[in-house]
Amino acid sequence: MTTLAASAPVIPDFGAGGTGHGETCEQANRLFCGHWFTENWDGVLWPALRQHVALTLIAVAIGFAISMTLALAAHRRPALEAPIGGVASVLYTIPSLALFELLVPIHGLGLSRTTAEVALVSYTLLILFRNILAGLRGVPEEVREAARGMGMSQREVLLRVELPLALPAIVAGLRIATVTVISLATVASFVDDEGLGTPIFQAIGNDVFKTELIAAGGLAVALAIAADALLVGAERLLSPWARVHARSR
Amino acid sequence: MDVLWEALKFIGRNGQVDGVPQLPSLLHLTLEHLRISAIGVALSAAIAVPLGVWLGHLRRGSFLAITVGNVGRALPSLAVLAIGVALLGLGLANVEVALVVLAAPPLLTNAYVAVAGVDREVVDAARGLGMTGFEVVRKVELPLALPLLFAGLRTATLLVIATATITALTGYSGGLGDVIANETSYRLSGVLGGAICVAVLALAVDGLLVLAQRMLTPRGLRLASPGTAAARGRDGV
Repeated sequence: MTTLAASAPVIPDFGAGGTGHGETCEQANRLFCGHWFTENWDGVLWPALRQHVALTLIAVAIGFAISMTLALAAHRRPALEAPIGGVASVLYTIPSLALFELLVPIHGLGLSRTTAEVALVSYTLLILFRNILAGLRGVPEEVREAARGMGMSQREVLLRVELPLALPAIVAGLRIATVTVISLATVASFVDDEGLGTPIFQAIGNDVFKTELIAAGGLAVALAIAADALLVGAERLLSPWARVHARSR
Repeated sequence: MDVLWEALKFIGRNGQVDGVPQLPSLLHLTLEHLRISAIGVALSAAIAVPLGVWLGHLRRGSFLAITVGNVGRALPSLAVLAIGVALLGLGLANVEVALVVLAAPPLLTNAYVAVAGVDREVVDAARGLGMTGFEVVRKVELPLALPLLFAGLRTATLLVIATATITALTGYSGGLGDVIANETSYRLSGVLGGAICVAVLALAVDGLLVLAQRMLTPRGLRLASPGTAAARGRDGV
């Protein structure tokens, strides 16, 4: 099932031993060989990291567009919330590896980036839909009425009042969706040889190559935490009143 | 659609494939999957819930509880498993450690937020009635915290069931992930059948937890209890 990526790393022959040159760090399969890391950064780890970021950004962007449309529809017609939320919850509940695999037989998907993206997008829907809707609903009715009283049309109320006020909740949703996708994108390498999951799967072949596991796993963790921190910053920036509130407590 | 039909037949044959002798039965793999998951959830709950409830009761350590939750949520499961394999080697120990690392944060944060979020006046009233700290926790705070506690439990359980599936990719065999990761023996129809089983298992367990939550919630609270799924998506939870 797993085919090797073009950027397949040359996994050192660590298990063989007895080469006569004395054991290197890789041959001894020590926990972390800095030499291997620097040598394979350009060829293996950096491309994988870049692919991972691309996979994530595409999934979050598409998921956001779909969720925004659905949330705006449910905002105007509350009856839509239950069915949309229900479908999104079921998708969210299906374990990642199973969902990736369930998509493979569908015509036109197969083992491809599209399959990976479809699954990743489907995981963002519940999070983003609920957060956007909660943000829009959280706008006080008086504010809405005041805007209408100023002669704003429904569209103007949405664009100039509701969406700006909902922004912090929307960014909070984006943050959760982003870290979720970063996590699931590692598993996506099972159907699409891209991202940081690829070196992880390669390091667990017939033998376990520890340095690559720690390097790729560590990069995935670092990426997730960095993205989270970045979006926390955005969240704070967009809701200055929350900071004042926190300080006064 | 042929593949789907084949996949259902594979489930009907309890996980046997023509021409491949002695595959473990699907029922056995499902039970094993549940066992691995249950140990993981139980261990993390035993560590995280009392800690979260205690911190929430004292209304202290909010930074710790929330930060652990946020960082924990960001941790990619496959990465945690991979690093665990390097440190601990293949085996059940590594799997369970990874499951605890992943499942404890949402449990801790939800337990903290649930208990600390109980109306202060209610707690004061309970104190005024002469309840001890322990009684306040048991009779007032825990019942009121139940919906959010369960939201955390559901998040953690789903995470654990999904992660237990991935363990097969990291070389540990035992659960339903074995089927999904082994196309050579099971062919696409078997892989698909395994995926259906995992999906149904996750949905069923989630449904059972929702039922358990309804049964455990005191009658007076049932009307007022917020949707757990909404709480799941809330920031900081």
